[in-house]
Amino acid sequence: MAGLFFSRLKRGRSFQRSVHQAMAVGVRAVPIITLITFFVGVIIALQGAYGLQRLGALQLVAGLVAISITRELGPLVAAIVVIGRSGSAFAAEIGAMRVTEELDALQTMALDPIAFLVSPKLAAMMVMMPCLAIWSDLMGVLGGALFGVTGAGFTFGSYLIATREALALRDITTGLAKSLFFGIVIAAVGCYEGFSTGAGAEEVGRSTTSAVVISILLVILIDLAFTYLFYSARAPI
Amino acid sequence: MSSAQSPPVISAHGLRVKYGSREVLHGVDLEVTRGETVVILGGSGSGKSTLLRTLVGLEKPSGGEVLVKGTDLALATDRELDAIRKRIGLSFQGGALIGSMTVGENIALPLLEHSDLAPSTIEVMVRIKLEQVGLSGFEHFSPSQLSGGMKKRAAIARALAMDPEILFFDEPSAGLDPIMAAGIDDLILNLKKAYALTIIVVTHELASAFLIADRIILIDRGQILADGPAQQIQQSAQPRVRQFLDRIADSSADDEVDHLRIFTEGI
Repeated sequence: MAGLFFSRLKRGRSFQRSVHQAMAVGVRAVPIITLITFFVGVIIALQGAYGLQRLGALQLVAGLVAISITRELGPLVAAIVVIGRSGSAFAAEIGAMRVTEELDALQTMALDPIAFLVSPKLAAMMVMMPCLAIWSDLMGVLGGALFGVTGAGFTFGSYLIATREALALRDITTGLAKSLFFGIVIAAVGCYEGFSTGAGAEEVGRSTTSAVVISILLVILIDLAFTYLFYSARAPI
Repeated sequence: MSSAQSPPVISAHGLRVKYGSREVLHGVDLEVTRGETVVILGGSGSGKSTLLRTLVGLEKPSGGEVLVKGTDLALATDRELDAIRKRIGLSFQGGALIGSMTVGENIALPLLEHSDLAPSTIEVMVRIKLEQVGLSGFEHFSPSQLSGGMKKRAAIARALAMDPEILFFDEPSAGLDPIMAAGIDDLILNLKKAYALTIIVVTHELASAFLIADRIILIDRGQILADGPAQQIQQSAQPRVRQFLDRIADSSADDEVDHLRIFTEGI
């Protein structure tokens, strides 16, 4: 019984660590992601309107924004922001711990650095990336609505109805599926780069840089692969 | 000597350690008996820190073996290694306190993870350990708010948290002022007196070495130069030992030859 209770306590603490990480990578990223994806929504609406206007199809701007944001830009922009905020932070945190022998200290206390440091980060990323992607989808659509209402003759209500009509559930779920993998990659690369930090302060800088660069590259590659898969597997029109 | 009666707690035979292609330890033999305080003395780059890291299993030997409490570290499973690690404490040179936790949380960490004590008991134990190292009331400070000497004390408290059988110190007085360093020496002496601890200290400070050691192992360029009771080492007539104890710089004649070799090598 005592053992059972203890293991529950233990799980409780790693859950706490995951919640702490989820706050850092997810909740604290909300303001900046809100701002950026809202503007991205406005930009897509403006660029789209430029093309659509020439075809005399300005009313399609809501659908254009909705599809490009949910299928692509919402999850992607959220991932890029999270790489900048958290992927780099993971590498820097773990790298600094390597330099100051904190990783060695964990090991000599018979604590597994993977379970102690990586698992909470990975769990937090896997939960928070899709959440952030949903949020940025919403903010992107609102950004589009700003243009729709001020420049394309929509009312706020009619813009939302047009958005809903243009979207299929698949558009949102494929975006979320991608964002789950983005989260895994960002956590894995950030932590890996942290652990492979050499000795010295400049090495922390180097691993932070490569965490960001490699994460961005991998996120884009995953995005490409998924987009291709979703495109090939699309329902025939 | 007592080593005849009880098996050694730690023993190393023909220990070799490499960093990449550079060998740092060239075949080291040593034995530490239960309850002994051994000081591993050596200059910078002598391999003494590497020896310590190998004895606790942080470095893998490229040759030879290390036995801690009869278990060969190279052959031990992760579970066996963890079992050994729960019985040893290591105080790192820079403290190596987890920066994201308070001093109290650092000391509580091994207890929380490895024991089923109630949180209130752990809290009391943390206070006891802090009191032992003279840091009462600092449990809510973060490591970055502590001075170098306080960090080392907190690290010692954390090393003591699990009531270890073997306590390792990596350069306990390096980078501290003489008063602070003497304080750490006193602390080690008190621990030695109060508990039946096996203590292994790596240092280059002569004064503190002779103050705390039962036995001194002098290590030089990856090999053991002298191994014996503190007094015996102090009276040693071996030239290289004398040079270290009397703090004489390497002779410049040797240096010049080495120096020329640097420029002419490969020509």
